[in-house]
Amino acid sequence: MAEYMLETQNLGIQFGGLKAVQDVNLKIKKNELYGLVGPNGAGKTTVFNMLTGVYQPTTGTFFLDGEELKGMTQEAINRKGIARTFQNIRLFNNMSVIRNVLVGLHNQPEYKYSPASAMLRTPAFYENEKKMRERAKEILRIFDLEEERNNLACNLPYGKQRKLEIARALATNPKLLLLDEPAAGMNPNETAELMDQIKFIRDNFDMTILLIEHDMKFVSGLCDEVTVLNFGTTLAQGDTQTALNDPEVIKAYIGG
Amino acid sequence: MSYFKNIKSTFKVKNHVNYIGVVAFLVLMIILTSTGVLSRSSIGLLSRIAYSIVMAVSLNLVVGFLGELSLGHAGFMCVGAYIGCSVGNILSQSIDSSLLVIIISMLVGGICAAFFGFIIGLPALRLKGDYLAIVTLAFGEIVRNVFKNLPYFGGAMGLNTRPYNTKELYIIGFVVVLIVLVLIQNLIRSKHGRAITAIRDNEIAAKAMGINVTFYKLFVFIIAAFFAGVAGVLYGNFTTPVLYTFFSYNYSIEILVMVVLGGMGNITGSILAATLITFVNFELQSNLSGDLAALRLLIYALILIIVVLFNNAPAFKNIRAKFSVAALLSKFQKPKKPEDVSDDSAKWDVIESKISMNEVLSVDITDEIAKAEKEGK
Repeated sequence: MAEYMLETQNLGIQFGGLKAVQDVNLKIKKNELYGLVGPNGAGKTTVFNMLTGVYQPTTGTFFLDGEELKGMTQEAINRKGIARTFQNIRLFNNMSVIRNVLVGLHNQPEYKYSPASAMLRTPAFYENEKKMRERAKEILRIFDLEEERNNLACNLPYGKQRKLEIARALATNPKLLLLDEPAAGMNPNETAELMDQIKFIRDNFDMTILLIEHDMKFVSGLCDEVTVLNFGTTLAQGDTQTALNDPEVIKAYIGG
Repeated sequence: MSYFKNIKSTFKVKNHVNYIGVVAFLVLMIILTSTGVLSRSSIGLLSRIAYSIVMAVSLNLVVGFLGELSLGHAGFMCVGAYIGCSVGNILSQSIDSSLLVIIISMLVGGICAAFFGFIIGLPALRLKGDYLAIVTLAFGEIVRNVFKNLPYFGGAMGLNTRPYNTKELYIIGFVVVLIVLVLIQNLIRSKHGRAITAIRDNEIAAKAMGINVTFYKLFVFIIAAFFAGVAGVLYGNFTTPVLYTFFSYNYSIEILVMVVLGGMGNITGSILAATLITFVNFELQSNLSGDLAALRLLIYALILIIVVLFNNAPAFKNIRAKFSVAALLSKFQKPKKPEDVSDDSAKWDVIESKISMNEVLSVDITDEIAKAEKEGK
């Protein structure tokens, strides 16, 4: 067991001459809720994209639970245990809610059956589909989406779409969950509910969570530690209250 | 025994409309043929309908469910027709049973086409949209020209085949249609089908969910090519010689038209559209003689324009709603209670989506299991 669930070493990426992110060193302990904050364009989502294989970092590397994942494809990284949500929601809109979650369960070894078995409808097909469905319903129940499981994903209200995205990511059974602005566009009630749900996931699924968020109340109420990015570099890091009250951080946010 | 219980509990007529329809059609045609009502050319039309349906349904897997545009489907059919039928020619010298010969040649033709599907699938993983369409288009043209220039396959004169007895070929054809339908629908209604439609809906999200996009794209191309190859052997057993001109760009487009007309991702629609287009083509060909023959393509095009407009134009929405199959059926049914309607298929008509989905996609076997369990309690 590695000391940290996620460890990045001098992680950075350069687009042409632009150094979008430089020298990001995150050290996230197991079962920790970690925040990544910073003004717009600071490079937060770029860090997420590197951690999930969308971009390949040009410098540095990162380890999940002691295993180096740099250079792997998105699919492989997901199977190794990093799941994410997107800043602009990316659900499978033409599919029902439950089927979105079922897609998330796709790679779980306990529900494995071959395409040939699907085409010929062998007993394995019926058995696994039934198990998958039960698991999907369990996950939907956490987010109060079970009632709406047969609705199309695109017909859900915005807040619920965000929750469904988290549910879908959770279905891939990750070790580390990356949430990109999970509370964006939610009303205060929904945000409060979401905070409880994220805590619930952390406690009940033994999950490590890294999240990006602009809502400071959300971050300070939820995160154990934060890293503040500005112009692609680390501005402050450490305990949430200390880091957020750092004069440099306040300056970067408010300007001056 | 729980296996059979599962099958029984999940069996619903609604999910098997296609199979029932095809079987009923086949039985009707067998009766009509044996009583001598159908002319010889009409019996030939049935074989043409059979291979058109196989082509349309397999292309629908690529275009409708995977969401990649392929314009070279006739190329796969060409591979199947040439290789499968030449194997058939060789086999018929040593095997007496022509049924066995056609089965083996369909398998060989299908496997060869599947191999080409694999080769075409490889660039498909790197190319998107229009670029892939161009590659598949080029493939279709290259394949038929290669066969044109191979003396072994008869060159420009075409490959001489031994046509199967027309009065029996269509039965084999519709049995193949049935097998293809069962395999493709079962695939679509499984977790692998979900993965395929997830790639179509949002490839980035599908990758983030750990779905092996490469594998599924390749897999779909191979499966679709296999069935196109089988359809090619049916074609080769229907007509002789197998001529390279048939597998032109125009034919690929014709299959695509069937898919679009029937609705992307709609298997029932593909079957109906394939039947309709083949029928219209046949009737126009046989009824317009002399100078009127030049009008054939014009009339064909007009019919297509009218059907596509009728299917999609907002102005016809009310008329469609009034005369749709669902509306006609609902006259005979009691209005459903809301809790019964909460099945996912009921919601499909509601969306105004460009790609019109149908119940084939929406009826997931798992929903049926759940429902059966609920009723059991």
